[in-house]
Amino acid sequence: MKTFTYRTATDTAGGLEPGAAFLAGGTNLVDLMKLGVATPDVLVDVTRLGLDEVTSLEGGGLRIGAGVRNSDLAAHPAVRRDFPVLSQGLLAGASGQLRNMATTGGNLLQRTRCRYFMDATKPCNKHAPGTGCPARQGDHRNLAILGGSEHCIATHPSDMAVALVALDAVVNTSQRSLPVSDLYRLPGDDPSRDTILDHGELITSVDLPALAMPSTYRKVRDRASYAFAVSSIAAAAKVADGRVTDVRLAFGAVAPKPWRALIAEEALRGKPATRESFLAAADAELAAAEPLKDNAFKIPLVRNLVASVLEGLTS
Amino acid sequence: MTATARRAVGQPLQRVEGPDKVTGAAKYAAEYQVDGDLAYAWVVQSPVARGRLADVQVDPLLDVIAVLWHGNALPLEDSDDPELAVLQSDRISYRGQAVALVVARSLEAARRGAQELSLTIEKEPHDAVLRTDDPDLYTPDVVNPSFPSETSAGDVSVEAPVAVDVTYTTPALHNNPMEPHATTALWSGDDLILYDSNQHPAGVAATVGALFGLEPDQVHVVTEHVGGGFGSKGTARPNAVLAAMAAKVTGHPVKLALPRRALFSMVGHRTPTIQRVRLGATADGVLQVIDHEAYSQSSRLFEFAEQTAVATRHMYAAPNRRTGHRLARLDMPTPRWMRAPGEAPGMVALECAMDELAVALDMDPIELRVRNEPTVDPDSGKPFTSRHYVECLRQGAARFGWEDRDLRPRQRREGDWWIGTGVAGATYPTMAQPSTARVRDLGTQEFEVAIAAADLGTGARTILTQIAADELGVPVERVRLRIGDSTLPPASVAGGSSGSASWGWAVTGACRALRETGKSEAVFDSSELIAEQEKEGKHAFGAHFAEVRVDAVTGEVRVSRLFGMYACGRILNPRTARSQFLGGMVMGMGMALHEEGVLDPAMGDWVNHDLAEYHIPAHADVESVEAEWLDEQDTSLNPMGSKGIGEIGIVGSPAAILNAIWHATGVRVRDLPARLDKILPYL
Amino acid sequence: MILVVNGVEHELDLDPRTTLLDALREHIGLTGAKKGCDHGQCGACTVLLDGRRVNSCLILAVTQQGTPITTIEGIDHPVQRGFLEHDGFQCGYCTPGQICSAVGMLDEVAQGWPSAVTDGGGDDLLSDAEVRERMSGNLCRCGAYANMVPAIKEAAAQ
Repeated sequence: MKTFTYRTATDTAGGLEPGAAFLAGGTNLVDLMKLGVATPDVLVDVTRLGLDEVTSLEGGGLRIGAGVRNSDLAAHPAVRRDFPVLSQGLLAGASGQLRNMATTGGNLLQRTRCRYFMDATKPCNKHAPGTGCPARQGDHRNLAILGGSEHCIATHPSDMAVALVALDAVVNTSQRSLPVSDLYRLPGDDPSRDTILDHGELITSVDLPALAMPSTYRKVRDRASYAFAVSSIAAAAKVADGRVTDVRLAFGAVAPKPWRALIAEEALRGKPATRESFLAAADAELAAAEPLKDNAFKIPLVRNLVASVLEGLTS
Repeated sequence: MTATARRAVGQPLQRVEGPDKVTGAAKYAAEYQVDGDLAYAWVVQSPVARGRLADVQVDPLLDVIAVLWHGNALPLEDSDDPELAVLQSDRISYRGQAVALVVARSLEAARRGAQELSLTIEKEPHDAVLRTDDPDLYTPDVVNPSFPSETSAGDVSVEAPVAVDVTYTTPALHNNPMEPHATTALWSGDDLILYDSNQHPAGVAATVGALFGLEPDQVHVVTEHVGGGFGSKGTARPNAVLAAMAAKVTGHPVKLALPRRALFSMVGHRTPTIQRVRLGATADGVLQVIDHEAYSQSSRLFEFAEQTAVATRHMYAAPNRRTGHRLARLDMPTPRWMRAPGEAPGMVALECAMDELAVALDMDPIELRVRNEPTVDPDSGKPFTSRHYVECLRQGAARFGWEDRDLRPRQRREGDWWIGTGVAGATYPTMAQPSTARVRDLGTQEFEVAIAAADLGTGARTILTQIAADELGVPVERVRLRIGDSTLPPASVAGGSSGSASWGWAVTGACRALRETGKSEAVFDSSELIAEQEKEGKHAFGAHFAEVRVDAVTGEVRVSRLFGMYACGRILNPRTARSQFLGGMVMGMGMALHEEGVLDPAMGDWVNHDLAEYHIPAHADVESVEAEWLDEQDTSLNPMGSKGIGEIGIVGSPAAILNAIWHATGVRVRDLPARLDKILPYL
Repeated sequence: MILVVNGVEHELDLDPRTTLLDALREHIGLTGAKKGCDHGQCGACTVLLDGRRVNSCLILAVTQQGTPITTIEGIDHPVQRGFLEHDGFQCGYCTPGQICSAVGMLDEVAQGWPSAVTDGGGDDLLSDAEVRERMSGNLCRCGAYANMVPAIKEAAAQ
């Protein structure tokens, strides 16, 4: 870990000098600093800004302070009642200890767990631009099938963010408000940046618009708990007269960002709520997939998940 | 014997060090307050798999006390373990090898110093992949520790009416004790004190002492508590030598706790294996052919040849038998012992192949095993001193609920779950090694029993207390047991499931001598008795049963039930014994489902070198796991009548799980671990 | 900087890089919290921060000035007796973290917090499956998990 100076943020205006970084729960940043992957000169602690409230919005929505801890958010009665996909997504992530530390804003800004990114002794276009991506030839079993580029096929590790993307959440920063889907960028030829945020732009809260549908989160992983997703799905759906009238789908651990499945959603609207429709929608979304040798299994896995989860929601 | 005697052994005595462990008072190697200005060391590991370290440049602004590398390291005496010749050569033999050590006044500065160091390395092409067509494969003279590499009887080329010819592969597995290898080293004049996490304090003292040219009485190794080892702490590891060298060079006491990452390269691991098993049988299931060939790897530095196929020599009768081992030397870290080295991977291949043969025969897999029960050890031709394998299978089956099991796969479905059951045999050799114990009558109706044993969590401290209490005819509260210190009477390694037998034998001898002589002190060395003992035909046996469910949507596997039935001689403490069995089975679950060092051949590295990416079973993975045992009497073993129990739980339990996955789904996974991507495409 | 550990104030002069775990172990001399992975991946370093269980290896000490910190050395709880009676450990290295985690977890259950296996209303938040899921942030390589579950449940009942 490189030496740094530490100070506490005193307002939510954002702004950082070059080389500085915001510190919230620290569960990812401190880890990366120990590994030598993150090397900030200055840490600005944003946990004392009073951003730890969950408040109601008009029309049944919620505003979640960026400093609200994952465990508090998962246990919040309104979240459990109205946004079960979010509560479940949070609880599927990490461990009880980590959820007590991790914040809403920090969780959104988690960096990939790609094994090359996490290892400062290895080439990686994300942590050392221009050094190449060994994952395509090497270990990529848990990397992206959608949205990757020849320079990077890392996946976004958050469960919470997948739920937020499905919920059409809006991120409020020190500078602007934007849909959470727009927060993330694909790697293209510059994998070093995960989001469109400017340096020093501080996430202050996340707004959840009301959701008038049942919703759920399902996570697939290699052990029963305390593991990053192999694939996950956040889903919400409404059915009338046997037809899908509204639907939200987002996939986790298959792309460099939480993947909103807009093509599948479009394919489903107005269609009969049947397994055939669900599979056809999944196929439409996954048509763009570019799997490699060891992660091609994610295509049938996500396909199965879509069908199974939507069957559960609509039955 | 008095009325109080013979009461402790066999009782479920709570761990005598338990209160210290649940209050945080138990001290491990990196937790001692030492006199002097403590310095911290951080190891610098090679970023390449093969080459030479030409130079190390140290930024003069770096906040460090010293940077040690082969250009300035203290010369060491020769060792028969080249892994301990740390910083003695410019050669780099594997990625992750220790190439430098940074010593600083704080942990933070030491770690940053290691990250900032500039290494000039001449990289060379490397080979990291174990393959059966490697032209450099060879047959080692012996396999660990001293078994013949090849055995043969009859002609394995004969055609049998029903045959299976299958290849199983197991990946590199990493011991990963919860306590990373650690040493706190300090010199007192020319004497060396090491607080070190290991399985053999006396062995570490001798080995490290020799490297620094010290007499045995000049080294003192303290190993009071050990946070697990599973074989990876069986001998001195580089951390002990590096810490001692750093302390010598800098004049500071030095603490070196390896980062978790280093445990994936520097301290040993279980070799990957490729195993071909050919079984042939008559139509009614009588084995005619057993042929087991195992391929494994070692490093360029050191030949470690795992005894992968050795267990197969003792399991089943057949007129035509062959076992063999082939070894590749690769530019990869040196494998060593990991819980049941040989037996654990070897019995995956054999016991899954037996299941495949049972399927080919349309026969119950337990009946197939029973039908091929040998009357004598098939390898030596000598009788087993005790072998209750069939009883373990039969009674285990009754206890587990095997009756009415459909032979066909894919017959049971509950919601999205396919459900199935599987069985596999277990075996582990029964050994004892020379040790010496001392007992003193403290005159206060209390007795001090001393032996340089180590308790890695096996329960050794507790069991030896029980043994001593019975032999002295006193309650356990009167026994003061001292272990974990190299200056105590020499004890053998806590390995090979031989600790209780070896140390218990010495403790028994010392206590008996004290009583017989009536003196206030007695010392007993078991060497002669053990040298005279017949070694053949002594094995523990068992049977493992698993029930799994496989998610039809995702291919995820969960183990609903794991059950082991064992015949392991006399059980000295049912509480600690049960935990050993369960722990072995849980590690077996990890082997079957989770654990894999994922190789990047181009890097020559296992890229998942942390506990987030190298999965060991978590709480949620362990549902019902149970162990029971037969009351097996065998007076030929040792004074306690005990067999080793630390390793048998991981032998066969992975195969039982794999066989259950087949039974649930019809999918035969022959490439461990059985992750969902290997199952889902076939569901 | 002042850290308040087990009710005692410790005035320390720490490098800002020092984690709470290293502050406890190397500077205050409380070695009960263990370093198993140093990256939030094993739970051996679990302590209670203002009553909540956290991984002390990923917390910079400088961020917790004045926050009440409880380590295993400051805990006297039925879970500890449960671990002894049910043999909920072997090597003991993960044990302080398991116990701190269990103490924190029982408080979470008392507040009605759900887990990933909680289905809805009326669930037994301390069923075997709940305890296993809630404790999954604490790895045990000895595999003594099966004995910890009854130890924790029994302690909860007291």
